Amino acid sequence: MRGVEGTFSGALGAFRLEAAFSLQPTGITALSGPSGSGKTTLLRCIAGLTRMAGRLTVDGEAWQDETSFLPTHRRPVGVVFQEASLLAHLSVRGNLAYGAKRTSAKADVSLHDTVDLLGLGVLLDRSPANLSGGERQRVALGRALLSQPKLLLMDEPLSSLDAGAKAEILPYLERLHRALAIPALYVSHDAGEIARLADRVIYMEAGRIVAAPATPEPTLAGLDAAARDRLALAALRAGLSPLA
Amino acid sequence: MAEVVWTTLRLAGLTTVLLLILATPIAWWLARRRAWWKEIVAAVTTLPIILPPSVLGFYLLIAIAPQSPLMTPLHAFGIRTLAFTFQGLVIGSMIYSLPFAVQPIRGAFEAMGARPMEVAATLRASPLDAFFTVALPLCRRGFLTAAILVFAHTIGEFGVVLMIGGGIPGKTEVISVRIYQLVESLQYGEAHRLAAGVVAFSFLALLGLLLIDRRTDEAVK
Repeated sequence: MRGVEGTFSGALGAFRLEAAFSLQPTGITALSGPSGSGKTTLLRCIAGLTRMAGRLTVDGEAWQDETSFLPTHRRPVGVVFQEASLLAHLSVRGNLAYGAKRTSAKADVSLHDTVDLLGLGVLLDRSPANLSGGERQRVALGRALLSQPKLLLMDEPLSSLDAGAKAEILPYLERLHRALAIPALYVSHDAGEIARLADRVIYMEAGRIVAAPATPEPTLAGLDAAARDRLALAALRAGLSPLA
Repeated sequence: MAEVVWTTLRLAGLTTVLLLILATPIAWWLARRRAWWKEIVAAVTTLPIILPPSVLGFYLLIAIAPQSPLMTPLHAFGIRTLAFTFQGLVIGSMIYSLPFAVQPIRGAFEAMGARPMEVAATLRASPLDAFFTVALPLCRRGFLTAAILVFAHTIGEFGVVLMIGGGIPGKTEVISVRIYQLVESLQYGEAHRLAAGVVAFSFLALLGLLLIDRRTDEAVK
């Protein structure tokens, strides 16, 4: 089975996660839902950062099941955290190289292409301390891609940015969307971002994947998940997302 | 006089290197665990700060005496006791300065937080790899602070080294003990020279620490 198949079931304190999901072999799937619904927890479980019982298969490889659990550093996963989390003691180039030189996978994603795609050329020798919020997230994204992941996870990568920085980075994400050959999970509760970036949407509520939100988002009220997906896709295809 | 300075520097240097190696895993464990009872361990490792050196010296002397059960395994190697030996002095100094190594390193690990290690893991770095390539460089000021504090604190110790070392010239006699003996025998001239040297060294060590703190503040800004 290509793509991603996963089920997680377990408790973290008072919170209970019961999530089963699957992702297509390519394309961005948005993971949406109210805050506290477990989106970040699910992402951390997929990355292996939070250990929870379950099964997870990515591109035909078992990352965990009843008997085995690959630790995070053995999972070919790329993670972009909510805040950029660049390694402060390394330059932009050092950050990009950190994962790239530790992966044994063949390099499908080249440094040149990544730098080009995300517009990182002028930043390479800068220190993370001298970057804007948007620049930091672009570097974090490039760093994740260069580790040659088979699954890309993004945890509200734009939520810590102001409107200007968001507008600056969205076109890069759209370019990434078109170039990406692996499945990606994009946590967000911003309907605008989801419409611009996602091919599909998964909703979570109270630790469960649900067909549609119990409290529909105002702009899409009355639509079921499939209709919303069609709308989001149509919006993308109609080019309502102009490139900068 | 050169001999006593050399013994002192050798003791402080060896104590610093060994203690940084010993304190790092303790500090890591204390920084990463959330259980309340870890603070029991933290309190034990901090005890030497408030215990009178004579209390510490007394128990250490008992622990490294020939009759001590801790010494029994060493009898096979022909070592009957570590009391009044340089090795015993190193062990005593390590315990005496343990909190000065653990606290700054623990603080640096806590300030770093878990995120950089998680980032490293998502970039395929094994925990050990990530420790050396991420945690160590990010926490280097904590290690430097610990090294300076331990080195200076070891130079400044008196009670413990006198009790477990006995002040044997060329073996266990260090500067602080020599100064005490010089003053006892009214040789103020030489006492002055050694004491002034310790004051100058201690001042430089503290100045170095403050300058490190300043650089850290600027880096945060």
